Amino acid sequence: MKYLNEFRDGEIAQRMAGEIRQLTTRPWAIMEVCGGQTHSIIRNGIDQLLPPEIELIHGPGCPVCVTPLELIDKALAIAALPDVIFCSFGDMLRVPGSEKDLFRIKSEGGDVRVVYSPLDSVNIARENPNRRVVFFGIGFETTAPANAMAVKWAHAQGLENFSMLVSHVLVPPAIKAIMESPGNRVQAFLAAGHVCSVMGLWQYPPLAERYRTPIVATGFEPLDVLEGIRRTVRQLEAGEAFVENAYARAVTFEGNKPAQAMLAEVFETCDRVWRGIGVIPQSGWRLSAKYRNYDAEYCFDVSGIQTTESPLCMSGAVLQGRIKPHQCPAFDKQCTPRNPLGATMVSSEGACAAYYNYGRFANVENPGVAT
Amino acid sequence: MSTLPDFTHWACPLPLRDYPNVVIGHGGGGKLGAELVEHLFVPAFRNDALENLGDSSVIEFARGASRLALSTDSFVVRPLFFPGGSIGELAVNGTVNDLAMSGAKPLYLTAGFIIEEGLPMQQLGEIVNRMAEAARQAGVLIVTGDTKVVDKGHGDGVFINTAGIGIVPDGIRIGPQFAQAGDAVILSGTIGDHGMAVMSVREGLAFDSLIQSDCAALNNLVEAMLAVDPSAIHVLRDPTRGGLASSLNEIAVRSQVGIDIDERALPVMPDVQSACELLGMDPIYVANEGKLVAFVAKDSAEAVLAAMRAHPLGQQAAIIGKVTHQHAGMLVARTAIGGSRVIPMQLGEQLPRIC
Repeated sequence: MKYLNEFRDGEIAQRMAGEIRQLTTRPWAIMEVCGGQTHSIIRNGIDQLLPPEIELIHGPGCPVCVTPLELIDKALAIAALPDVIFCSFGDMLRVPGSEKDLFRIKSEGGDVRVVYSPLDSVNIARENPNRRVVFFGIGFETTAPANAMAVKWAHAQGLENFSMLVSHVLVPPAIKAIMESPGNRVQAFLAAGHVCSVMGLWQYPPLAERYRTPIVATGFEPLDVLEGIRRTVRQLEAGEAFVENAYARAVTFEGNKPAQAMLAEVFETCDRVWRGIGVIPQSGWRLSAKYRNYDAEYCFDVSGIQTTESPLCMSGAVLQGRIKPHQCPAFDKQCTPRNPLGATMVSSEGACAAYYNYGRFANVENPGVAT
Repeated sequence: MSTLPDFTHWACPLPLRDYPNVVIGHGGGGKLGAELVEHLFVPAFRNDALENLGDSSVIEFARGASRLALSTDSFVVRPLFFPGGSIGELAVNGTVNDLAMSGAKPLYLTAGFIIEEGLPMQQLGEIVNRMAEAARQAGVLIVTGDTKVVDKGHGDGVFINTAGIGIVPDGIRIGPQFAQAGDAVILSGTIGDHGMAVMSVREGLAFDSLIQSDCAALNNLVEAMLAVDPSAIHVLRDPTRGGLASSLNEIAVRSQVGIDIDERALPVMPDVQSACELLGMDPIYVANEGKLVAFVAKDSAEAVLAAMRAHPLGQQAAIIGKVTHQHAGMLVARTAIGGSRVIPMQLGEQLPRIC
């Protein structure tokens, strides 16, 4: 398929992996920020092509994983209301709240619908004037323009029965938090390509400079990921630390200017809790004052929710790269994809779920099989 | 070309025309129900066993038919009509295929309808006609049936249950527990067509595409395969819900063997691949309704493959992997770039990813 198969070529991948092996003289810890990249790495077995010195740390860039528990509990409370149609991206449905998940709410009679675009939920609102339609607006900067557009579109149509439960998170403050956390091991970042296609690269040079860390905007296909790693290793080995674009077919330095302008109008920055990590200052977006009437937290009385996180779950340490998933005592014991204690065990982008599946194999064979 | 239903020339035989929609009375056991049977089901499915209209059909088997295969399946699909098929073809082919996957020659089906009040009679007629045509193509007879009508809002138009009987010829020993190390894994054609065809017209998710369901009866293809060497075929499976990944995982567990496949060998139509990329899905988990996967003794694999490719439903058949002593109970894929990954059983429905 055009623009995809070209970036999945096995021979070129082996050649690039060879180049990375030649470049590497010592151990390096590189964090891929985005869950989409984690997914690609595991799905394609990219980590198996790399020299043992290169350690990939799976970052907090799975929006499903970092959405705070309190917000998921709010989503569950809203979705259970009889006059509500609750719309969500598919992989949020199995994320555990304190007691239930959205699948459970659906089975108990809640009207929970999977949509592929937030704009679909605006259509549902227009077609169901007697119901309140809520879209679960989560994600990084990548999904933000479509969510902003949905709010603007609802506003333009004068829809009063549409609102959005917003939990947007931002990459640059997360990089800052990781680099400043005690015990940080990350030495370089593969920046999330699709976040950068919206926001550009201009936010990153101060971070690269301040923390002396290479930041390489990287795509998602196997060859994209390998190219990002190759450039990162080259910088690390040369003692350099700057912002580089390894995903030029989608990313420019300026980014998508009209989208950025719309985001600035619809959202405002706020402190945000990241599930398993805690509050990161100025790391989220909420709807701006102009669009407050579309904020589900404002429209529905869902305050005073008491959350209880599993005391066994160490997803925070996993998300920060401090432990590998299988080092968590609950891993593959109390916590499995069937009965996830934390969100990292839910999404296919989640590090724990990825390790669970690969680890079963590695235990039978020898680790590092098929390299 | 679209194969969505065209009702312009469909004529519902009198006196059903009096009711444009199914009403509760059609399931009531009275005159309306009898008319539905007499004017719709019997003419469509016509055969001697059905026409005696007794409480059960009595059928005679040929001498020497010592082993019977029985199967039942219920069909719920939304929308009822989709590119390349409808719930009608699914209901016939699904049970025919389940029988064929045990090496049986499917012979007779039953058909039970649970109809939601208000279903347009035209649609019911079209579904029944499509079932009749599918049964003719598969060479099976629908010999008995049942109809119930439920209140509006208590069903998705129509649910259909079919059960089937087939005869297993002597010398055939096929089942999910019989995979052996060294077996070749052969897939009969492209994966993901049916699931993505239905997805493309599903309310709220519709996208423009030319993808057609692969819905087809596989008993004829199985016969051609068995003709090569009946003892060489150890496992047959039609990878429906949960896709190829689920079928292969089940077989790995039941046979306690490992299965290695090469992702590059999996035939996927470009449109299906595109749609899957768009929705964040993996075609290996997407449903098929006219494909089978066969585990064949290594020495006969090429001959069976050739027989499959000579059949219209197996033209794109390919050897996609092999059975191994290692990693028992697990499906492992060699990826396009030469890495490997475990392909696990899916927990529930495949969830479209956010990004």
